[in-house]
Amino acid sequence: MHADAFDRFHETESRLHRLDPRVKVVVTVLFILSNALLPDGAWAALGLAWIILLWANQLSNLGVDFSFRRSFVALPFALAAVSAIFSPLGNQLAEWHVGPLVLIPTDYGLIKFASILVRSWLSVQAAILLVSTTRFPDMIHAFEHLRVPATLTTIVAFLYRYLFVLTDEVMRLLRARKSRSAAAPGHRPCRDVAMQRLYMARVTGNMAGQLFLRSYDRSDRIYNAMLARGYTGQLRTLNAHVMKSSDWRFAALSALLILFLQLIGRL
Amino acid sequence: MHYSPAPLHIPDNFLSLFIAILFWGITASAVGMAISKTNKSLGEKQIPLMGVMAAFIFAAQMLNFPVAGGTSGHFLGGALAAIVLGPWAAILVMTAVIAVQGLLFQDGGLVVMGANIFNMGVLTAVISFGLYRSVIGKSKGLRLAVAGIGAWLSTIAAALVTSLQLWLSGTSQLQIVLLPMLGVHVLIGIGEAIITVAALAFLERTRPDLLNEKATSEKGGRGWVVGGVLVSLVAVLLSPLASSNPDGLERVAEDMGFLHLGQSAPFQILPDYTVPFLGQTPLSTIVAGAVGALVVLGLMIVIGQSLRKRNA
Repeated sequence: MHADAFDRFHETESRLHRLDPRVKVVVTVLFILSNALLPDGAWAALGLAWIILLWANQLSNLGVDFSFRRSFVALPFALAAVSAIFSPLGNQLAEWHVGPLVLIPTDYGLIKFASILVRSWLSVQAAILLVSTTRFPDMIHAFEHLRVPATLTTIVAFLYRYLFVLTDEVMRLLRARKSRSAAAPGHRPCRDVAMQRLYMARVTGNMAGQLFLRSYDRSDRIYNAMLARGYTGQLRTLNAHVMKSSDWRFAALSALLILFLQLIGRL
Repeated sequence: MHYSPAPLHIPDNFLSLFIAILFWGITASAVGMAISKTNKSLGEKQIPLMGVMAAFIFAAQMLNFPVAGGTSGHFLGGALAAIVLGPWAAILVMTAVIAVQGLLFQDGGLVVMGANIFNMGVLTAVISFGLYRSVIGKSKGLRLAVAGIGAWLSTIAAALVTSLQLWLSGTSQLQIVLLPMLGVHVLIGIGEAIITVAALAFLERTRPDLLNEKATSEKGGRGWVVGGVLVSLVAVLLSPLASSNPDGLERVAEDMGFLHLGQSAPFQILPDYTVPFLGQTPLSTIVAGAVGALVVLGLMIVIGQSLRKRNA
């Protein structure tokens, strides 16, 4: 597996790719906060937020619908918000009997549910755009500039750097389990299903323990190798990350747009 | 990559801003304390170790095993990390894991990340290490059993707190969300417990030096036992109570003003300190959230100080 197997970065040349990672991180967080601050049912503002998002997609040279096509990851969680439809506030729309439950959808609840869904969907798209236009090491560096403690950013940097190594290790473990778990077709290896599940979980536990030991020993070797190369506890980077005037302009424009969104949402 | 998201990662905008900021405050103070503790104890050697351990948790979550009905459970790893690495290191490791899941895979939001780290990192570390710490030096069977209970309970506690956060934010109706959440995680927790126990048993056989009495007591003081037992008790008592009588919990919360706190702007907690120009704006929500976080931070510092005095 290659070192950047997990990076979501999409290599292209664009205005958004060139933008300072700090600006991208801050604007993304501001955009998500702005979505949270918009009142329920502020459809004009939410629609405008989407148009701005589409424009940002266009700026990234990845295609207008780039983030939209990848934005369905948070959808399963929408289940948790479905119950908002039955909020006791607002006017009753219908009455459903599901077993012992009596469900009463209300207009307030429906608006609330749709607003939560749209807001979170917009926020996921903004985050997708952020990781698709920023290399992950650059993003970590940006967080360091934004005063996130170096201990934390360094741990995240190590996590990112060694994830693919340990993933290879997991693949080896899974392959070994598979090649040793032969069974004739149609035959259960164990008659008692519960015992079989327990056995499988125990094997998985042994694999986790084995993986832990391999990672633990590996981190020792990594540390010694880094010490030999002059590691002082600080990760260095060749990217200086200097804010250019165009970065400032983009940041100011984004802040104005987000303020405008808030204004529209409150009118 | 067969990376399967767990149902506990809350996406952005599913929590109200107040709850999100409040839990960011709690998490930030816990992580801050963890950073200063680990910096003091082992210094810069600890950092590559924790980074690789975070990658281990991430990779170990790909280890799956079949559960009934064609679905497969996978390992979460928080309890194992807390027991083997100690609670402070585990908090940092889980923070890194959840940060990368949120940033890179959009599994969990950015503004609500504080709540996600609290549910899956801080709670897990307190419960599993606290319970395990109370039985160090006892027989191997007892230790493994308590580790399993800790892993199971921390999964359930995470589900419980996630439901409560969703409810206080006005996103979910407690009656509807709590029972399925707890039901699913009672099962997921069993898988988690078995894998954690098996992994610990494996480590006891191969590297007993990592888990002996001295190594464990160095990782966290006796205060963790108190914290772990208290939080476990709350989870054990609150889960059946809340799921059998969610209306009761709702009424209590209403009477105490919690519901308004979470859902609308929490002006009530600062009645005498209303800043005129803030008024009824979102800004005052943020300010109130920040004040709440500061209060929690202050409390944690006071508790930390008193614990240190008792140790000395």
